[in-house]
Amino acid sequence: MGEAIVITSGKGGVGKTTTTANIGTALALMEKKVCLVDTDIGLRNLDVIMGLENRIIYDIVDVVEERCRLNQALIRDKRFDSLVLLPAAQTSDKSAVTVEGMKKIVAELKQEYDYIIIDCPAGIEQGFQNAIAGADRAIVVTNPEKSSVRDADRIIGLLEQEEMTESPRLIINRIRNHMMQSGDIMEVDEIVQLLAIDLIGIVIDDEEVIKASNNGEPVALNPNSKASIAYRNIARRILGENVPLQSLEEDKGIFQRFKKFIGMRS
Amino acid sequence: MHEKKPIITIKGNREGLTLMIDDEVPFEEALVELKDKLQSTQQNKNEPVVSVKVQSGNRFVDEEKQYKLRDMIEGENHFKVTAIETNVVHRDEALRWKEESEIKTIHRIIRSGQVLKVTGDLLLIGDVNPGGKVMATGNIYVLGNLFGIAHAGYKGDRSAFIAASYMKPTQLRIADYISRAPDYEADGVYMECGIIDENEDKIIIDSLKLLSRKRNEISGFERRMQNG
Repeated sequence: MGEAIVITSGKGGVGKTTTTANIGTALALMEKKVCLVDTDIGLRNLDVIMGLENRIIYDIVDVVEERCRLNQALIRDKRFDSLVLLPAAQTSDKSAVTVEGMKKIVAELKQEYDYIIIDCPAGIEQGFQNAIAGADRAIVVTNPEKSSVRDADRIIGLLEQEEMTESPRLIINRIRNHMMQSGDIMEVDEIVQLLAIDLIGIVIDDEEVIKASNNGEPVALNPNSKASIAYRNIARRILGENVPLQSLEEDKGIFQRFKKFIGMRS
Repeated sequence: MHEKKPIITIKGNREGLTLMIDDEVPFEEALVELKDKLQSTQQNKNEPVVSVKVQSGNRFVDEEKQYKLRDMIEGENHFKVTAIETNVVHRDEALRWKEESEIKTIHRIIRSGQVLKVTGDLLLIGDVNPGGKVMATGNIYVLGNLFGIAHAGYKGDRSAFIAASYMKPTQLRIADYISRAPDYEADGVYMECGIIDENEDKIIIDSLKLLSRKRNEISGFERRMQNG
């Protein structure tokens, strides 16, 4: 029996889809059977980032409306046999899928796969409700900026009302170290203190991520990128390993402060 | 057989008259007696209005009875009923008092988009994040960071106040007063309270010491018992 994890943020453009693709890839690298589910119906992206766009025949709406079997809609990844994608529809809208339909699909996928990573659309409407419906736990992605943190807070509030096995975890994405040091953007511990949930990873703003996404190759495949290591570390933490947070720069002071969170968590 | 206790006793002092009604006779009987007493008093129409305080002892006086009493005493006479005092309160009313004066202890984080509304005083153990809102008919105590909006005395109690371990609110509201955070980026303050300052006619934020000077009767229930 697998576990379903929803990747959500509230605000758009913080990196939900990139995070979904990379966590999925990193888990597949560790020989887990993974299914990525794109629930952003009407604005699908996950297939593009995974480089699988040209293989889509059926999508999640076809499954819900029983035009095909679930297995027919799943697309096997180019690089890993253990990684599949259930793409969103591009032509329908969010109301094409219901909470019940979503729960049914996730329950079916859990029989077959170790991890089901659900990419949530931005917003708190129907699409969000669908995406979190079948999830066992949630990961909230935020950027170190006020508007994004505010939306993350709202989302956490909504998630806390859901029946999940554990409280949501936090990823702080697109960290720019020099801005954080100069105090122009919110600091990691400031965000963690405000949102009051456990941190599961921090990812620096890395140009490699953009490059990789454009090429349809998740950055997690590239062992030389810092962001890649960050995603792999997050995957290891999902598996229950205790991995210290990455140092942003060769700055021991900040490293020490991050270590504190690890100590607090486990 | 001992002398019969008078049904109506009238005492006078500088502030006016105190009218005591024996609580052991039926209400109708007391009314008849009261009518007699009132008719026997000769009043000069040129004199100023005399204020009357009614004490009904252990008799429960509901609104209908209150109305009848007022009607009879004020009626044609030169009297003004200022208060009807009784030793008993109705159970419902007592429960309402309790509800309104109780401190509700809640431990959770009030996140963006969430609203926590209580009757009585609120003791929140946790933060109010930006975009979150807490409301209480009485005072608000936040054992945590207050970043969002707090509205104390939202039904109009201007004596209510807001106290927080760390104050950096978007807005403070007390009854019908609103104050907002300054437009420039300012640091918050530790262990302070927001309170309406009558002289300046606005909400001020000051150290908690101010409360001991300005709001002695913090305990809501006693406050209500005394002021009615």
